[in-house]
Amino acid sequence: MIRASIVGASGYAGGELLRILLDHPQVQVAQATSRAHLGEYVYQVHPNLRKRTQLKFSDPAALEPVEALFLALPHGQAQHNIEAYAALAGKIVDLSADFRLRDPEAYRQWYGQPHAAPNWLSKFVYGLPELHRRELAAADYVSGVGCNATAANLALLPLVQADLIAVGSPVIVEIKVGSAESGADGNPGSHHPERANVIRTFSAFGHRHTAEVIQELGLRDVTLTMTSVDLVRGVLATAHAIVKPGVALKDLWQAYRPLAAENPFLRVVREQRGIYRVPEPKILAGSNYADLGFDLDESSGHVVSMCAIDNLMKGAAGTAVQCLNLMLGLDEMTGLGFAGLHPI
Amino acid sequence: MSATVACVECAAEIELTEDIEVGEIIVCPDCGVDLEVTGLEPAAVELAPMEQEDWGE
Repeated sequence: MIRASIVGASGYAGGELLRILLDHPQVQVAQATSRAHLGEYVYQVHPNLRKRTQLKFSDPAALEPVEALFLALPHGQAQHNIEAYAALAGKIVDLSADFRLRDPEAYRQWYGQPHAAPNWLSKFVYGLPELHRRELAAADYVSGVGCNATAANLALLPLVQADLIAVGSPVIVEIKVGSAESGADGNPGSHHPERANVIRTFSAFGHRHTAEVIQELGLRDVTLTMTSVDLVRGVLATAHAIVKPGVALKDLWQAYRPLAAENPFLRVVREQRGIYRVPEPKILAGSNYADLGFDLDESSGHVVSMCAIDNLMKGAAGTAVQCLNLMLGLDEMTGLGFAGLHPI
Repeated sequence: MSATVACVECAAEIELTEDIEVGEIIVCPDCGVDLEVTGLEPAAVELAPMEQEDWGE
């Protein structure tokens, strides 16, 4: 068994890591740290884990050496202690934004301050297996992924990989997000009377996750517009672009179909019958699947590409475990077989 | 040996069963459209009309 610990385990992503790893056949959770909940049973914070573990939150200062370390800390913290973490574990997956961007100047631009450990940025592999499966298999240090960035990247990946987007076409991604994205700590905007029932476009331009789409897909003219909707979990990215002249619906099938065949957590959802004809986040709650859909106005070349995910799973903890599986040489689906619920 | 046809909607390769007959409706396993078998030698299919419905508005 691989011994793994979670630093910052009281947040939502940490809770999902615990839920996944407690059922993982090859990984044993050694420690789950939390300063705020030191000494409490983890199920007192993550109530779905009651009767599944007697683990208590431990002191982050008392971390013991393990084979693998998950860092699920708020953004900006891991970069200050990365040397110490690396001394404790040979494999690290950092779920925060600290090591996602390769370029220190890009980090300063998007996060508003210089990176505290810029020499570490090049040591990390961006943790999206659909883009970096081979590098992940040889990696010791892997970054997490932005949940919105993941939905946007996976929505656009088939179009970019098949080189179907017209030169000079702007790419616009409208992203609807659930409240769990804002984390376990409350703020005035997440207060229930203010957050319930919203359809609120809180970021028209300039969302930080845009940097991950630019970096990973090489798109220059890309905009992410973020809208809060009345969901707890879930992200739906709806991308708009113009395709190259002559591209037809069959070309889109030839782009999406092999990608879904090569990637076990990608599914094409473009049904002619039933209610679930397009990707919808709600049936993905708790699962690591990313559902892709598309349509094309062949007369104008306007393509719409969609991706639905659970932000805490494919957008955070699920992908992090998928990465660790690859880093350890395991089947990448190990521990991630939950298919979601229907109805929900 | 069974014949294959390409879906006229998504170009998926569909294997026809040996006892298939002209006029039968088959469903594309990839894109889900209904296809009418219009020939066997060579095998051919056309889009079959599908009932439109309000599925979520």
